[in-house]
Amino acid sequence: MMLVDSVLSGDRLALARLLTHVENNTADGRTALRLLFPRTGKAHLIGITGAPGTGKSSLVNRLAMHYRGRKRRVAIAAVDPSSPFTGGAVLGDRVRMKDLSGDSDVFIRSMASRGALGGLARTTAGIVQVFDAAGYEIVLIETVGAGQGEVEIVRLAHTTLVVEAPGLGDDIQAIKAGILEIADILVVNKADRPGAENTEKALRSVLDLAQPKNHTYMHHGQSMSEDQRVEARVDGWNIPIQRTVATEGRGIIELAEEIERHFDFLHASGNWTRREEARLASELAAILQERLLEKFHAGLPEGRYNEFMRQVADKRLSPGEAAEALMDDAWRGGAARRESRRAK
Amino acid sequence: MSERKIRVLVAKPGLDGHDRGAKVVARALRDAGMEVIYTGLRQTPEMIAQAALQEDVDVVGLSILSGAHMALTPRILELLKANGQTDVHVFIGGIVPDDDIPRLKEMGIRGVYGPGASTEDIVRDIRIAAGKRKS
Repeated sequence: MMLVDSVLSGDRLALARLLTHVENNTADGRTALRLLFPRTGKAHLIGITGAPGTGKSSLVNRLAMHYRGRKRRVAIAAVDPSSPFTGGAVLGDRVRMKDLSGDSDVFIRSMASRGALGGLARTTAGIVQVFDAAGYEIVLIETVGAGQGEVEIVRLAHTTLVVEAPGLGDDIQAIKAGILEIADILVVNKADRPGAENTEKALRSVLDLAQPKNHTYMHHGQSMSEDQRVEARVDGWNIPIQRTVATEGRGIIELAEEIERHFDFLHASGNWTRREEARLASELAAILQERLLEKFHAGLPEGRYNEFMRQVADKRLSPGEAAEALMDDAWRGGAARRESRRAK
Repeated sequence: MSERKIRVLVAKPGLDGHDRGAKVVARALRDAGMEVIYTGLRQTPEMIAQAALQEDVDVVGLSILSGAHMALTPRILELLKANGQTDVHVFIGGIVPDDDIPRLKEMGIRGVYGPGASTEDIVRDIRIAAGKRKS
């Protein structure tokens, strides 16, 4: 496929266009992902998440500069939320990354979430695969400014950084579950502000309370069958807390060292492979879900879905009954049975 | 599920520090369902061309209030072309004397919007332009 060949030979316009295909889930995009998949698995995927205003973009900028100083090729996928009403988005993460311009070994791509919950877009995993296959050794993934529920990143990244900043809420905030649980490394950014030490103390006390435990990677928190779960032991990894002042480049070298330590730990402990498996399992499940739904709708007769929707709206059928009836229609010959009954 | 969104780069080239207009347009485009990549202030032509390429945008909107449009425009268009982005449509918003508009359009600028322009017009014109782009 020409587009794939161009991407592999270093054509950056081709790469940009391929990313668009993948983002729009076109036939060419799907073909390309299939062709590129065997070439993935070399990049270190680093997720950066945290509440809005904690300085994620500035941190991504500085980390990328650091890696460039070490001659590593860096790709950045930065996700911002789409308006739930208009479907549009203002993608402003590039504003903080001006230091990276002019460098042809850095590629920054902004993505809108397009309605996906969890902090990433549905196609972010695919975009990251393209970067990996195209030879970018470090892929930084910046999620939508997350509160506590947007934890999709943990299934995509090898190393997840959770960024906090002083003064964004009282210390109790730090103790809430969800987002802290997914951290491999905690970052207290804007550490020059008053309250940085308290923020760090609050985080430390939460970490001390948590026992090192095995993580079971589940898809969207829903239980899967036993053999679909992937377990990873996290004994031996103590979550470090790193202070940074991203706008001044302070603490960045130390942070990169922690990331490196985590990378080494993943390989030494066998967790790299387990996380890869969990990642891929999660992606398979997500794609299957999406395509099943697509095919299902494509197989329904014109207007059938709306017929049932009407009955639900009129309270003649419950949503559960309507769903069963639709499936019956599509898969169990329900439509044919109804037709023959009418004919009698 | 495939979705095709119009992607627009809103850029502020040069040393001009007034970005309220650019932000108003960015929000209007978002409200019209488009995905807007906003570059921030003080962009060089090279930075703008690089962003347009990486983001594979359909449209570039330049916000220029400094009067430097005749100097900046050819350079930006040249870089877009050199990068192979020949089907990207470029619009200018800001302070542009009427006399300069014909020459800008000759260079390849698709539309020029002064201070009185309505965001509805901008949205409409971008939709028309983006619709003509080969996918």
